[in-house]
Amino acid sequence: MKRAGFTNVWLPIALLLPQLSIIAIFFYWPAGWALQSSFYLQDPFGFGSTFVGFENYTDLTRNREYLRIAGFTVVFCGLVTFFSLALALLLAVKADKVIRGAKTYRTLLMWVYAIAPPVAGFMGIMFFDQRNGPITEFFQVLGWDFKLGVNYFDTATAMIMVSVWKQIPVNFIFFLSGLQSIPRAVREAAMIDNRSAAGRFWGVTFPLLAPTAFFLLIINITYALFDTFGIIDTLMKGEPGNNPMTLVYKVYLDGFRGNDLGGSSAQSVILMILVLALTVFQFRLIERRIHYT
Amino acid sequence: MAQVSLSNIRKVYPNGFEAVQPSDIQINDGEFVVLVGPSGCGKSTLLRMIAGLEDISDGELRIGDRVVNDVDPADRDIAMVFQNYALYPHMTVEKNMGYGIKNRGASKEEIARKVAEAAGMLNLTEYLTRRPSQLSGGQRQRVAMGRAIVRDPALFLFDEPLSNLDAKLRNQMRIEIKALQRRLGTTAVYVTHDQVEAMTMADRIIVLNGGRIEQIGTPSQIYHNPASTFVASFMGAPPMNLLEGRFDNGTVMINGGTALMPSPLQRSGPITVGIRPEDVLLEPTGPLPFQVDIVEELGAHRLLHGRLEDQNFTVHVDKETHVSPGALRIALKQDALRLFDVKTGQSL
Amino acid sequence: MAELSTTSDTLTTAKAQPVRRKRIKISNIVDHAVLIAGAVLMLLPVVMVFLTTGFEDTDILRNGLRIDVGPHMGENFSNAMFERSGFTEAITGMRMLTNSLILGVGFALGKIAISLLAAYAIVYFRLRFATLAFWIIFTTLLLPLEVRILPSYEAIQRLGMTNTYGGLIIPLIASATATFFFRQFLMSVPEELAEAARIDGAGPVKFFIDILVPLSRTMIAAIFIIMFVFGWNQYLWPTMITTEESMFTLVRGIKQIVAVLEGGTIPEYGKSLALAIIAMIPPVLIVVFFQNWFVKGLTESDK
Repeated sequence: MKRAGFTNVWLPIALLLPQLSIIAIFFYWPAGWALQSSFYLQDPFGFGSTFVGFENYTDLTRNREYLRIAGFTVVFCGLVTFFSLALALLLAVKADKVIRGAKTYRTLLMWVYAIAPPVAGFMGIMFFDQRNGPITEFFQVLGWDFKLGVNYFDTATAMIMVSVWKQIPVNFIFFLSGLQSIPRAVREAAMIDNRSAAGRFWGVTFPLLAPTAFFLLIINITYALFDTFGIIDTLMKGEPGNNPMTLVYKVYLDGFRGNDLGGSSAQSVILMILVLALTVFQFRLIERRIHYT
Repeated sequence: MAQVSLSNIRKVYPNGFEAVQPSDIQINDGEFVVLVGPSGCGKSTLLRMIAGLEDISDGELRIGDRVVNDVDPADRDIAMVFQNYALYPHMTVEKNMGYGIKNRGASKEEIARKVAEAAGMLNLTEYLTRRPSQLSGGQRQRVAMGRAIVRDPALFLFDEPLSNLDAKLRNQMRIEIKALQRRLGTTAVYVTHDQVEAMTMADRIIVLNGGRIEQIGTPSQIYHNPASTFVASFMGAPPMNLLEGRFDNGTVMINGGTALMPSPLQRSGPITVGIRPEDVLLEPTGPLPFQVDIVEELGAHRLLHGRLEDQNFTVHVDKETHVSPGALRIALKQDALRLFDVKTGQSL
Repeated sequence: MAELSTTSDTLTTAKAQPVRRKRIKISNIVDHAVLIAGAVLMLLPVVMVFLTTGFEDTDILRNGLRIDVGPHMGENFSNAMFERSGFTEAITGMRMLTNSLILGVGFALGKIAISLLAAYAIVYFRLRFATLAFWIIFTTLLLPLEVRILPSYEAIQRLGMTNTYGGLIIPLIASATATFFFRQFLMSVPEELAEAARIDGAGPVKFFIDILVPLSRTMIAAIFIIMFVFGWNQYLWPTMITTEESMFTLVRGIKQIVAVLEGGTIPEYGKSLALAIIAMIPPVLIVVFFQNWFVKGLTESDK
């Protein structure tokens, strides 16, 4: 709120109305509906439903397949986040250092941001093709008989590699802008205080990048949780079979293919809570950053 | 043109903090009044209440003959110059200056004429088509002035308008603003924390401290007869020397034992004694001992910082007087002493 | 690898000589080597996909991706754009491109309009329920459509909005990312500007149109780019909401392409890869050409 805010009563309400009504109809209504149906067992042929309390949730905790998918999701999120952050940080540090061609490098390293995940997934299918995909051939040279869509581990590897590739640009952009916002004077003071470049990086630059890194951590976790849907769906060619998948994919699968509305809704609610926790965490972080900068 | 009257104006924030205690101020038609005080003293709040940007908690505000407590800022017939100028960054100088009267339905010709007139007055004519980002600090300051002038208001309000300029430019703009106000004859209220600005520009100064008016008076009254130790130490650079002393047997004594003068009042007990640094004479046979620690060279004059009876004391001497650190003797000019109550700080 | 060993060689020789300049050069070479490797990693896959569109389907089936130039590129791209395909023969690449543009532009414009108004209301008005409105809106942050995909689909179905542009676009707008961004931006606009405008006699509507919108131009452009790319790249939601082929977007079309790869006949590799390239071109061009705005918009949204 600004110090000298306008005092009109109806105008701000009119201004907020479009946003609020869209959110009400397409956010709170569906979310509430999901919450409600997570307590019901739906008849698979659509003849009504019975209230079952927390049964849908307790079923999930006993469901081995669900737990396995949850486990995979955690590993998947962790690896995608780690590798995309690490590679992006390396590239950003280098791009921040070079003088000649800095702009060109930035362009070359960021443009993949614009590629849609399923398009990246489709490219992945070509590259990991069992007969003549270039990466498959490379793995065969290393003695790894790579089988996309057949071998669980191999498919997971392909999913992670494509997801990392697609996410590097965002992280790169943020790290680079974080590095560039470090005041020149601070860098110069560090040059005088510390002779070793590595020491300067870990002692001064990295701590100053920490807020950016924290922020990116959240961004990357949400990316790995949700935005990779297109990559996963294309890489398994729409055939779940025995393939690895994330929790979001499972929601989609149970709800749409399996017609298990109650179970799928319970999964949705669990994901919502997870994301809300992340949101709150991020808000705290943002508040603190605003406070200190 | 108008007179402004504040009766019992008070500002209390929702959290209970009283930013301005009930205050009465009368500002005459065409007068240049400066509100001065340290940060947080309520001077900006007072100005913003006059502007209508801040609600008035209590009391009555009149501009001209109108009570304007509940009048929208746009309808108070005022113009304001902000500390950071608040120029619209996407508009040219011309558009910036004309925006206010355009909103009031002025015709194109009228806008063009008034803008041209103001620009001429401020030497801005050749910059009319530029944007604020293409101007220097001083030029932006002038555009902000121009925006106020074009409005031809009953009252100018200035909120620390020179504090973003460098020292040299500040001196120059000080004179320009004052001259302009004289020429237009428009009543002006000017807020600053800089006592030099207050002294040089004001017809009358209002010194504020902690949301309270300490003193209202002409620059000369304020300087020579400060109403309190706060005013005495806030106005003037270097500030007035304030020494701990007491009344003793009809004499004013400085703690340490030196007698200064016969007491003008029938009182006894402790007292604060004020002496302006320039009201002191160096005399080998003077009555007071002064120990010089540091000589501060200022070109046109020198400041001698040291101790009088173990209390901090500063003496102002002209550039012809050469002094080295060490013991000296001094005398006071006629009528140099100001006496203040120790507890209340009020002048006696 | 080769570069690494050369650098360590030079490092040992450099030690013997007056050092300063030489050291800078070596670390420079390493920097550039890393960056070039990164650029190749990003660029090469897309270049290979692009070059492979120069070959016939049987050729691609036998040999996979290519890094040389083939003669059939024009033919493959023209098929991708204009040949009717799909189950109902109702869709061409052109049609999908149009749908994608409608989704991208419609989503970006709708989102900007709605969010800018809401952010203005939140920042510049004394609202009694401002905090409540703030939380109602910002709870939606980060809770992407994917999480509530099923109930959202249900809602659209009940409203009879499946296979419409409205049904495609509006639910995507129901999150507060842009509102949050505009709020942050408006908060950073100096207070005095609004005060000066009030004294200049500008009411809330005039202030918004005369001052805030022109001031926000760069921010609006930045948000537009980000939102356009986001809308264009939508996959799951269009997959669910559009069942009629004439409503498919390019990205949605990828699902059809992938589905037939498993079939018995020879897949239309050339055409499919061409479609994938076409699906990349508009968002990539926008991001590359307006990268300064885009980067600014992206990185300032977190502050």
